[in-house]
Amino acid sequence: MRPVFLRVALGILAITIATQVAGQAPASPRKSAAIAKTAPASRGAPFGPRDLDGIWTNVTLTPLQRPPELTGKATLTEAEAADYERKTRVSVDSDRRAANAQADLSLAYNDVFFDRGTRLARVQGTIRTSLIVDPPDGKIPPLTAEAQKRNAARPRNSFDSVKDRPLGERCLLGFNSTDAPMLPVFYNNNFQIVQSPTTIMILVEMIHDVRFIHMDRSQHLPTTFRQWLGDSIGHWEGNTLVIDTTNFTDQTRFAGSGENLHVIERLTRVAPDTILYRFTIDDPTTFTRQWSAEYPFLAARGPIYEYACHEGNYAIAGVLAGARAKEKAEEMPKQEGK
Amino acid sequence: MMPRLVTIGVMVILLSAVLPATGQAPGAIPRTPAGKPNLSGIWQAMNTANWDLQGHAARQGLALELGAIGAEPGGIGVVEGGEIPYLPAAAAMRKQNFEHRLTEDPEVKCYLPGVPRATYMPYPFQIFQNDKSLAMAYEYDSAFRNIYLKDPGPPPIDSWMGQSVGRWQGDTLVVDVTGLNDQTWFDRAGDFHSDALHVVERYTLSSPNVIDYEATIEDPKTFSRPWKIRMPLYRHVEKNAQLVEFKCVEFVEDLLYGKYSKKPSQ
Repeated sequence: MRPVFLRVALGILAITIATQVAGQAPASPRKSAAIAKTAPASRGAPFGPRDLDGIWTNVTLTPLQRPPELTGKATLTEAEAADYERKTRVSVDSDRRAANAQADLSLAYNDVFFDRGTRLARVQGTIRTSLIVDPPDGKIPPLTAEAQKRNAARPRNSFDSVKDRPLGERCLLGFNSTDAPMLPVFYNNNFQIVQSPTTIMILVEMIHDVRFIHMDRSQHLPTTFRQWLGDSIGHWEGNTLVIDTTNFTDQTRFAGSGENLHVIERLTRVAPDTILYRFTIDDPTTFTRQWSAEYPFLAARGPIYEYACHEGNYAIAGVLAGARAKEKAEEMPKQEGK
Repeated sequence: MMPRLVTIGVMVILLSAVLPATGQAPGAIPRTPAGKPNLSGIWQAMNTANWDLQGHAARQGLALELGAIGAEPGGIGVVEGGEIPYLPAAAAMRKQNFEHRLTEDPEVKCYLPGVPRATYMPYPFQIFQNDKSLAMAYEYDSAFRNIYLKDPGPPPIDSWMGQSVGRWQGDTLVVDVTGLNDQTWFDRAGDFHSDALHVVERYTLSSPNVIDYEATIEDPKTFSRPWKIRMPLYRHVEKNAQLVEFKCVEFVEDLLYGKYSKKPSQ
């Protein structure tokens, strides 16, 4: 009898542990032991299909919109890509010397500062010439009349006060968009994802923003509650994490959009070293149609160091003080002439 | 009968070991699938340590217009033994910091808070933990710490939040923090440190909703001996608890850069 009892007891133990895990983590990604075992271990730790944990980079030479010289050409062959990559690496090299002093000055940052990548984006065996895959021309669709009017009424960048400077310069948000959607930009293209049962966090190296993806609710916050990064809720569709983000502030200006920006992101672990990332922009008040982009997030070695943007923001004081000094210099001859 | 009794005895032992883990027994702490205490959740200190780590009576605030809103609440302090053991020169510096706290406290400028200050600022923070990763995200200024579970070696450069390496000592998470710069303060009262700061934090779930938090602070350039702070951290148990944004850069830009603004033309 004894072995039977013992087995029953151990059975209860096992069930209890299973229940405990399931009970504590109702929304947690269910890791498949089978897949974890058979997955190629090229990046060390085994992963399950819903496992996005780790450090990732979305760096790529492929631009958001297809360059004019590649009109009508959505993909390149390996040979074409090698040629394009070589030429682009040379043209963006900040360590080259420019022909004249003025142009040379615009290369003020050393190349080590930048993280533009060395390769075009490769997705499912194709080499992409734009991150945008829809519409098929690889371009952001035309703005609605309403958006054109809205953008024309927005104050131009001026040097009058800090509030007139772009958000990136003020260390409030990354250039273009680095949160939702997460676009590759000049540098800091690294992300760390940590999954917990109720919330998935994404550390965005740029600005050290932390995105909170709420897995424990299916409704957005009231539209009166707006944040710089918006409000992100997530759910799993099969093995794809779908993140829906709304509730942006009216200062969010990604690609000419505003507070009605609605971003749908899809993250799928397609290989040990790759998350396939796809985002769709849905804002009928800004764009004449929806549009989508697709590119890989590749496993990065890390670690990600702290980007203390605001703490080291000597630029903004310099930019504004420079503008005041210029005004003073322009004022001098007038006074002398009086 | 004996074997059967032994079996029943084994079962009882097994069941009693199992029951607390089901969450039915009061006081059982949540655990990860691998059995480590699961610190995941939203936490916050409930004390006046960010005003002053040492015991302090309530005092007049620094912004007259804010009246009672800006007054500084008192507290009995969180320093073990009551006093921070400053070296003489550092004690003088602390006094000076206190007098100039309105302009010199890095929090006024929305700078990253450092460790341990991030823990007891008057904002919640969230711990993300699974069996592979551990990270802490703070509402204040979206400060962030990855807790390395494998030591990456000495930090290559000092930073505001330093480098944190975690290990489990029984059911206690011990975090060793190095690579901290000398720009942060411990509180709004001017308590400070040098770049020789070394902090060892201990996080122990004493019950499902309370972390017993301890930090040992060592800095031979500033203090005559290591000293310790200790406080409970409470879990936000409200169903809709979440961190919201506190991107304070927006709130300090005019304070920091207003002097460079164009004056209105006459």
